[in-house]
Order: sequence, then structure tokens, then C-alpha cells
Amino acid sequence: MSASPVPPTPPPGPRSARPNVAVTLDGEEVLAFPGETVLALARRLGVPIPTLCQLDGVSVYGGCRLCVVEVEGEHRLPLACATEVSADMEVRSTSAELRDHRRRIVALLFAEGSHVCAACVASGACELQDLATETGVDHVPYELTFPSHEVDASHPFFVLDRDRCVLCTRCVRVCDEIEGAHVWDIAQRGSDARLIAGMDQPWGEVASCTSCGKCVAACPTGALYHQGTASGERRPDPGLIAFLADARAGVWEPRDNGAVSQPRDAAGPHEQGTTP
Amino acid sequence: MTTSSTRRPRVATAWLAGCSGCHMSFLDLDEALFDLAERADVVFGPLTDAKVFPTDVDLTLVEGAVTNTDNLELAQAIRANTRVVVSFGDCAVTGNITALRNALGDPSELLQRVYVEHPDLTGVVPTEVVPGLLPKVLPLHEVIGVDVYLPGCPPTADRIKTALFALLDAIEAGEDIASVAAARAPGDLRFGN
Amino acid sequence: MGKLIDLDAMRDAELAARSRRTHRALVCSSTGCLSAGAAGVRAALVAEIEAADRADTLQVVPTGCPGLCSRGPLVQVEPRTGPATLYAEVDPDGARSIVRDHLLGDRTGDQATTEVAVVPADLPFFAHQTKVVLANAGRIDPDRLEDYVAAGGYRALYDTLTTMTPEQALTAVERSGLRGRGGAGYPTGRKWRLLAEAPGDHKVVVANGDEGDPGAFMDRTIMDSDPHRVLEGLVIAAYATGAERGYIYVRAEYPLAIERLERAIRAAKRSRLLGKGVLGTDLSFDVQVRVGAGAFVCGEETALMASIEGRRGLPQLRPPYPTERGLWGEPTMINNVETLANIPAILGNGPEWFAAMGTAESPGTKVFALAGSLMTTGLIEVPMGISLRTIVEDMAGGIAGGRRFKAAQTGGPSGGCIPERFLDTPVDYEHLRALGSMMGSGGLVVIDDTVNMPEFARFYMAFCRDESCGKCVPCRVGTVQLHALLDRICNGQGRRRDLQHLESLCRTVQVTSLCGLGQSAPNPVVSTLEHFRDEYEALLVEEPVPSAVVTGDAS
Repeated sequence: MSASPVPPTPPPGPRSARPNVAVTLDGEEVLAFPGETVLALARRLGVPIPTLCQLDGVSVYGGCRLCVVEVEGEHRLPLACATEVSADMEVRSTSAELRDHRRRIVALLFAEGSHVCAACVASGACELQDLATETGVDHVPYELTFPSHEVDASHPFFVLDRDRCVLCTRCVRVCDEIEGAHVWDIAQRGSDARLIAGMDQPWGEVASCTSCGKCVAACPTGALYHQGTASGERRPDPGLIAFLADARAGVWEPRDNGAVSQPRDAAGPHEQGTTP
Repeated sequence: MTTSSTRRPRVATAWLAGCSGCHMSFLDLDEALFDLAERADVVFGPLTDAKVFPTDVDLTLVEGAVTNTDNLELAQAIRANTRVVVSFGDCAVTGNITALRNALGDPSELLQRVYVEHPDLTGVVPTEVVPGLLPKVLPLHEVIGVDVYLPGCPPTADRIKTALFALLDAIEAGEDIASVAAARAPGDLRFGN
Repeated sequence: MGKLIDLDAMRDAELAARSRRTHRALVCSSTGCLSAGAAGVRAALVAEIEAADRADTLQVVPTGCPGLCSRGPLVQVEPRTGPATLYAEVDPDGARSIVRDHLLGDRTGDQATTEVAVVPADLPFFAHQTKVVLANAGRIDPDRLEDYVAAGGYRALYDTLTTMTPEQALTAVERSGLRGRGGAGYPTGRKWRLLAEAPGDHKVVVANGDEGDPGAFMDRTIMDSDPHRVLEGLVIAAYATGAERGYIYVRAEYPLAIERLERAIRAAKRSRLLGKGVLGTDLSFDVQVRVGAGAFVCGEETALMASIEGRRGLPQLRPPYPTERGLWGEPTMINNVETLANIPAILGNGPEWFAAMGTAESPGTKVFALAGSLMTTGLIEVPMGISLRTIVEDMAGGIAGGRRFKAAQTGGPSGGCIPERFLDTPVDYEHLRALGSMMGSGGLVVIDDTVNMPEFARFYMAFCRDESCGKCVPCRVGTVQLHALLDRICNGQGRRRDLQHLESLCRTVQVTSLCGLGQSAPNPVVSTLEHFRDEYEALLVEEPVPSAVVTGDAS
């Protein structure tokens, strides 16, 4: 996991160049920055493309497959998060077939985990719950597998509930690439794959964990949360990661933290207001 | 799926294994309940006195998961006598809280622990009057065909209202039910609350 | 640095030594025959010859695989002149009688011994074959460099290095029309050119020997029967593309292949066929064997590279392609073992010779591993374009046990089922793909009419589910759910809507999975649905009733 072949690159933006790559997005001619990904372009223009494993500030993973798009002349469906624009590219961000694929992928995630929104800390601020709404998953036509992994509450500040983990590896990448601690990784393969701390130890016993909480901030579901968080109380902060990555790259900009607040005066440390 | 337009639509609700929260939310339709009463007959459900599921029902909202033989039989009776079955709320749609027992495996161990090993009880697993448990709690669509899904824990009164009247419109007009579900706005469905 | 090899001298010495023998007994010591008891057969031959004090004129040679695996252990007796005799199903007693009656006695040929089965020389199994990559398999001792050289080995490398520029060697491969034998059929010359033209001073070439399809053992046989051929192909590839390092990635389940490759590498280094100044030229090239850890997905290029680097064997997004950014960031090219084993013959005989075999679009030969309900199973090498019917009915002798042919599965878990009405299809990349199957690496599993197709598809789906790496959702969860749907249908609990979900999910897993494993995992389902849909339909039910009630009033 550590030597990912796709290194994080600072997002191209107004500082680096002018948008001068002519691209057709959903039938409209638009200008993209050189090196901009299809996803970044779509977001800049307010075109919604669902994502899950993608996280600004860390490397591209390409595991959730939700951001598949159609590109004219390509027989495969490229990922918006991993595909850079090129001149005269014609991209369709949505189609009946893409909607079907995205809906099925989200349904698969619901079938795999134990995603009981009504009893989850993340309900109301969960990217998987939002994805179900966004992609139109109104039921799961597959066999619900009802996993029962152990909950790891050994850490003094945080909890890991693997039944809610979607294996997006945001925490793995954040801990490795931003914090440099590499506490997290995935063990086993296929449907046995699971998130592990350290050498598959209880999280609280992993000496390399700095308790920085960035993994908790980055988690899209209720798999990682602060101790003592009750149902519907979790407030993730994935934007923190891009902020830290930008700051390190020397493109510091004050954050608009208005929308982000911890649910309570957390006893544990968290990243808000700290300098990277 | 069409119905005769010569009579008022017949609507039912049913309560399988769930907390009744979806029915509470249904009651939150408030003044819209008058609109419903004006347009349709509510012929079965926790809010009526009927003991046996009637025949010739146009629309049934089914709350709750299928956890025992009673649930199963009622679900089958509903399907046999209803034109449009709505899986109503997260327990019916996914199993939700009711299905949390599935992660514990075979429920006979649980029954043994509760009824036999517990010192204050009679020492036997009750078998009379109470229905038998199914090995696994199932969402409604695992035991009968479902036409429309209305997730939420509970679905808000607004979402219930939107779905209910859109479906009544379609039933009265003899329209295809699948197109009603397809036409809904993303905000009309959401798991949890 | 070892002593520079003199190919002619080594060949002459070897042939001279051979001419002192009246007979050579070639004992298949490839994985199949070894597991059938070939080691005991060989020991019995040696003991009997020594007891007769004839070790100076009778030689026992452990060899690679002659291909007739279902009839092993195989012993081939080769007189100094005249036709050879192939004995099948030899046991130690049979071995002793071969020595007594054939090697020491005066009986030869078909009448040599009455105690051991003799395979007729004109057996259709052999008659339709054209051996290029398997030319030495069953003919030489894979552990002796001298044997390979005596068979003409490393001559193509020598000629290439001394008479051709790298560009000329590359052009020869391009003109041969050789396509990747690992399954996808990408033109090998185009791949080589991508590496040759990639900027970088530390390019890498990799031989992919991670063959993992159930029922497939082509690459294993090439590696354990003729390891030097793979090495020679790899060195030529390095010369043509400018690579300085090579790896042979072999799955851990092939210990014999690993052992023989390691030994071949040591021998090649001693003779300066590898290392600094190959054959006295400026070429420097080193090769290491890297052993997998039991993951099917590591046959996928990017996962294979991750595994070589010591990371988890997960596929990575492409681009960047390996030739742009491969092992440790260096331009890297990965060729299948069988692809590389073709290279010495192409350079030695010329691209036109190669292109004349097979079909215009798919020149050359292909090795197939025949498995399943056939009279004869084993390994064959046939010209591309041969019909499936020739393979199944003529070469393999048709279906065993008086049953009927039902389907041929090509391409392993990534392939599809070909029903009887397409038996006359020529075997090449395009035709198989048009049938919804694929060439794959060369596994050919034939099933008879006792096999239920949904269950057959379920078997392959279980394989893919167990081998999914878990990185991407469609493969990790999709294969679990496709298997669950197949399970439900096979168990008589499937409803029409389950069949619909099966089909729609197949499509999503095919087009949204990250790598070839997931993209092709639904193929067995899709192709059996296309050709044997009625078998699925017949299993569907209206609405199954949930099974057993745990307790309570079940009335």
C-alpha cells in the first residue's frame, strides 16, 4: 500500500495554469486545466459524479468504481477520478447504463456490510447513505450477508466498527501519506479483506498511532468514530485532508470551517485548528 | 397492473416485525389522512378492526421484516390479495434493526439461553400460541414479490404522502406502477432518518 | 564471471557422448508423470541397467513432458538409429521388463515387450501436433544445459547478438505476428516496441509464469520441461528492448519448475549466457526467479509487479502502463512464458517461417492443456486455426465413458463454454472471442452431458470469488453475490427476478471491475446463459418458502 504507483499531485488550479483544454462534458463544451482529472473538472462545474474511495489530498485508489464515466471512443468505462482530460475528449458523466452500474455497486456495498442507518453513528452525515439516495438504491436485491466482525474499541479516543467499513482505504492512505504513521492496512483478500491496525493488533496497542484522528475525519461511513458518539452524532471532516495536503504543498488558504463542528467538546484530540 | 375504476381504491397497511414507527409516521400524515379517506377505503391494518386480510386490495403498505411464521403467512396473504405491494420502511426493505439478530447466527441458541438457561422462566422454549421463528430475518422482497420500495426509518410523512398519492393516482388511472417508482425524485427515498 | 560457452564444442561433445550409447530411455519427469510414479520407474530402469552392467551403453534420461499425461508414467526408448518406442503406464516392474526385453534383448518396436503398453507412433494425439515451444519437451533433460545446446539451444541467441541489431531483432518479432499467449493476444512485437522506445536506463522484462486457471498446465510444462528456452527468449527480449534485468514470476505451486529454472539460471550464468557480457558481447542482463504466494490475481500484470516488489498483490489502475511505469518505477514489459518460449524459434528460423504457421491473424502454434471428460487428456501443441472438433474428437479420442460432448470451456474462469454446434470453429483469438469465450492461456476443459451448466458456472464463480483480491467493489462483492444467486438457482430456490439480477450484475461486474479478473469473472455465466439458458430456466421456482422454522407454533 505504501508505494502507490499513482502519487498524489497537487490539484491543478488557477495558480498553475489557465483552463485551456477544450473538453465536451455531457454535450457542453468546457475548458479544463491541463492535467485536471475529469472528476475535478466536473466538480468545478457543479456536475455531480458519485465517488466513495476518492479523497482530495491523498493518492488515487480506484477501488469503489462509482465514478465510472463514458468517454467517446473508449470501449471501457474510465474512472473520472483517475482520468486526466485531454483535448477534444467527450465525456458523459451519466447515462441510463452508468446509473444502473452505480446503483448496483452501492447496493453491493449495502449487501456486504452491516449498514443499519437507523442505528449508526454516521446517519445523517454518511457518504454511503447519501450515495444510496443519490444513485436511487431503494432496496438491496442481493443477499444481505450480515457480517459480525469484532468492534475494536481499544483506542482511548476512537472506535473501529468493521461491519460498517467499505474498504475504501481512505484511512490507510491518510495515515500513510499525510500522517506518515501507516497504522492502517488491509489484510486478507476478497470477501475476507478487512481493515487492520498495526500488525493486526487492537488499535489501542499500536504504538505508531499518534491519535491524530485524521483517519476518523476521513472515513466516509460510521466505521471510524470518536468514543462516546451516539447514533446520528458523528460529524466527519474529509475536507481536512485536502487542507493539510495543500498546506504542505505551500498553497495554504484559510479554511471555511463553518460547516464543520465536532458533535461535542471531544475529550480526545482532533485536527481542527491544528497546524500541519 | 390496473384496477376497476368503478369503485374506490381499497388500501391496507400491515405490521410485520417492526417497531410500528412507520405506522406512527403514517399517522403523521395529519390532514392528508382526510384526503386519503376521501379517495380510498382503508380496509386492513393496525388502524382497523379487521382480523383477516381481505381480498381485492389495491395497495398495501407493509411495515416490518419477516421474522416468524405469522409474518410469513400474512405476507403471503397480502401478496395473494393485493395489486400493489409497497415495502414500507427500512425493516421491510432491508431487515434493519429487526435483522440484527442475523449476525448472531442460529436463533435456537438464543432461545435456549433466554428461556431454558434463564433461572426465572419455566425452563422450556414456548411453542404454543407464539409463532415459530425463521432461521433468518428476511426483508419482505425475499419472501414475496414487491412492487414499490419506500425506505426510511421511518419514512417521513412527506415521503409517505408523496408515494401514497402518486400510487393512488396511478392505480386510478390504470398506469404502470414501475414508472411511478422510476419517476420519483432522489429526495423521496433515504435509508435511516 | 563464468567461462564463455562454445556452443559448437558443447554440442559436438554431447552428441559424441550420445553416439556411444545403443539406447537412451527417456523417462518423463515432468510434474504429471512424477506424481504418477515416474521416479520409481526411473530408479528401476537405472538399477536394472546397472545390474546388467550396461550403464556405459544404455542411458536413462529424465526429461520433460511428451504430453500424453493421462497415460503416464511415460518412457520413450530411443535407439541410436531407427524409430523410438513410447511406453505408457509404466510401473517399476514394467520398467524392468523394458530393460530386459527391449534394451538388453533383441526385440524392438511394437513387439519389444508384451508386459507394457506401447503407444502407436501414428496416434492421432501426436499426428496433428506441431511442436515449437514444446519441441524439446520429452526430448531433453531439462536440468542439463548440454542437452539444450545439443538440441540447437542458444544458437538463436548467439546469432541474434552477433548478426542483428536490437532493432532488427525487434522487427523480426513484429513481422512474425506473434501474439501474447497469456490470453489477451496483444501483439508481442508491439509490446516490445513500447518498451524499446520507453525512456529509461534500467528497463525490466518479466516472464509471467503465474498460470492459475483450473485445469491449465501449459506454462508449468514449458518451464519444467525446457527452462533454458524461456531464458533464451528472455535474453533475446532484453537485447531487443534494451532491458538490463529480468524476472521470472512463478507461482509457488510449481516447485519443480522453480527448481529447474533456478538451476538453468545458474548454469547459464556459469556459461556467460547471462550476466555481464552475454556470449562475449556488450549485453548485460541478469535474471531472477520470483515466487508468488498463492494468488490467482498475481497473473495480472500490475498485481504481478506489486508482488515482485514485495507488496500486496493488488492490481493498479492503468495508465500508467507497465512500459511507462513498471517495477520500481522503471519501464517494464511482461510476457507470458509461452510467448517467450516462441522467441528462440522465431529468431532462429525467421519470422516468415513462424508466420506461415497457423492463421493470418493468429500465426504460430498454441499449447493447450486438455482436461475433463476426454478419452485422452494431456498437453498438445497445435497450429492456430485447427478446429475444436479435431482436438476433441480426433486428438483426444472423443468423450470418455460413452457419454456425449456437451461443451468445451476455453480460457478457464475467464472464458466461456462452447456448445457442440460450434465445434468446427477454428481455434484462434478472434473466433473464440466471437463465441463469447476466449483463447485464454490454453486451458481446454471438455464436459459431457452429465454436467449441469448452472452448477458448472457456479464452480467457476466460486473460484473467482475466492481469488478476488478485494480491491474493487464490483469484483469483491459482485462475485460473492453472483455466486449466491447461482447457488440459489442451483438449489431450486431461484425466482425469475433472481435470474434477472444475475444477468444485470454480470454486466456490471464485467464493465466496472478494475482488472481482468473481475472483468472476465462473469464470462462462464454469460456464455452458459447464452447457450444453455433452458437449464437455468428449468430450475426457477415461483416463490420459495423459507426453510425450517426454528421453533414455536409452526401451524
